[in-house]
Amino acid sequence: MFALQGYDAFLGFLLIAAAVPALALVTNKLLSPRSSAGERQLTYESGMEPIGGAWIQFNIRYYMFALVFVIFDVETVFLYPWAVAFHRLGLLAFIEALIFIAILVVALAYAWRKGALEWS
Amino acid sequence: MENISEPIFLALINPGLDLEFSFTEAMKGLGLSSQFAHILWLPLPMLLVLTAALIGVLVTVWLERKVSAAAQQRIGPEYAGALGVLQPMADGLKLLVKEDIIPARADNLLFTLGPVLVLVPVILSWLIVPFGQNLLISNVGVGIFLWISLSSIQPIGLLMSGYASNNKYSLLGGLRAAAQSISYEIPLALSVLAIVMMSNSLSTVDIVNQQNSAGLLSWNIWRQPVGFLIFWICALAECERLPFDLPEAEEELVAGYQTEYAGMKFALFYLGSYINLILSALLVSVLYLGGWGFPIPIEWLAQLTGLSINAPLIQLIIGAVGIVMTILKAYLLVFLAILLRWTTPRIRIDQLLDLGWKFLLPISLVNLLFTAGLKLAFPTAFGG
Repeated sequence: MFALQGYDAFLGFLLIAAAVPALALVTNKLLSPRSSAGERQLTYESGMEPIGGAWIQFNIRYYMFALVFVIFDVETVFLYPWAVAFHRLGLLAFIEALIFIAILVVALAYAWRKGALEWS
Repeated sequence: MENISEPIFLALINPGLDLEFSFTEAMKGLGLSSQFAHILWLPLPMLLVLTAALIGVLVTVWLERKVSAAAQQRIGPEYAGALGVLQPMADGLKLLVKEDIIPARADNLLFTLGPVLVLVPVILSWLIVPFGQNLLISNVGVGIFLWISLSSIQPIGLLMSGYASNNKYSLLGGLRAAAQSISYEIPLALSVLAIVMMSNSLSTVDIVNQQNSAGLLSWNIWRQPVGFLIFWICALAECERLPFDLPEAEEELVAGYQTEYAGMKFALFYLGSYINLILSALLVSVLYLGGWGFPIPIEWLAQLTGLSINAPLIQLIIGAVGIVMTILKAYLLVFLAILLRWTTPRIRIDQLLDLGWKFLLPISLVNLLFTAGLKLAFPTAFGG
């Protein structure tokens, strides 16, 4: 049924893990009191009437971090097979990875220099 | 090459308790097919681990409250049960019967889905936590990589709940949480990578086996001290523990992405964060502190006392000692995390991002290359 060994347990555990919040929420729904809405359904804003919503356009400062993250996350994924097989590959693989990481370090230095890693 | 070397490698290691094998054999004795026995077996370790995780959360919550109280010279919970041990259970029951309030202007579906998406990957990651040679739910081939990939689902849930609340504090908290999570994920993955390189495998069982040749002295913490520190800092940041609890910094953001949550959905966040803390502590002990290994190799002790390591009773004792060792190491780290909470001030968001990107990331890259170089120079000391 499963091509790779051990992954049937993953599917089973996914179902069990998903059942935990589902069960908790259903139990809560059955046990909890329900009251007709009123002020309690207002959005909290330090005790004041909320002024406008939060779904507005504004400057997300983490945008550049997210971009740099994508680069380095992909890099890490590429390095995983290298690390697992490193004991068989030897010196050549080390030099190759060195070049690979050096290119990315240049990219990091560039992003750093350009201020992409500044929170301001 | 791998296929040839693996059986030899396994033959050297004490096989330990294999409950699945015993169970399948017993079922075969009852006349069931091995496939059917396997399906019958599957849910048992899962439910056991889930129960253990939930009890672990109750213990951790109690420990957190008691240690916090001690740090502030208070008494802490004391009425519910002896020393207040039942307090977390009482809290949980209280949250279970609380009214579920969804703000009128929130997005209903995303508001409910957010906490679920935070909790499910964290529970699912327990799949790969080993308590013994065969005492884990499933020794999947991708092993520790499964945890890395699952942990990147969590920020989506945090962002989702922050956005869905339609509350300014929640939105800022959710954004902060996502930014913090992605900033510390890369150093975390890179420090794991150095361990993977030393074990030549992603499997958590192989990672532990590789560390247990000489007990305490062969634990990875001695060969990866920098990696250990990077991992621990990143794990605290991923769990949003103080000094990295900016997403829910109460002085600035009320409670961050949790502001609008009440009742069970709030409890799901709470549960998720504690399960994540225990999971991180367990993984630190698996990756750096020898997992289920006893500080003195059990084989040496057996030789010294002249007992056969393959006797059923000895196997049972070894298995139990392994489970206790894993939990003990993990709880030492949980205790350390709680102490850190009361001894370190919260850092600012720009300091947080600087620490992640300008310090931990370069250091972890250097650590990885350094490990690779050492492995080339001293193959036997670094996993061959």
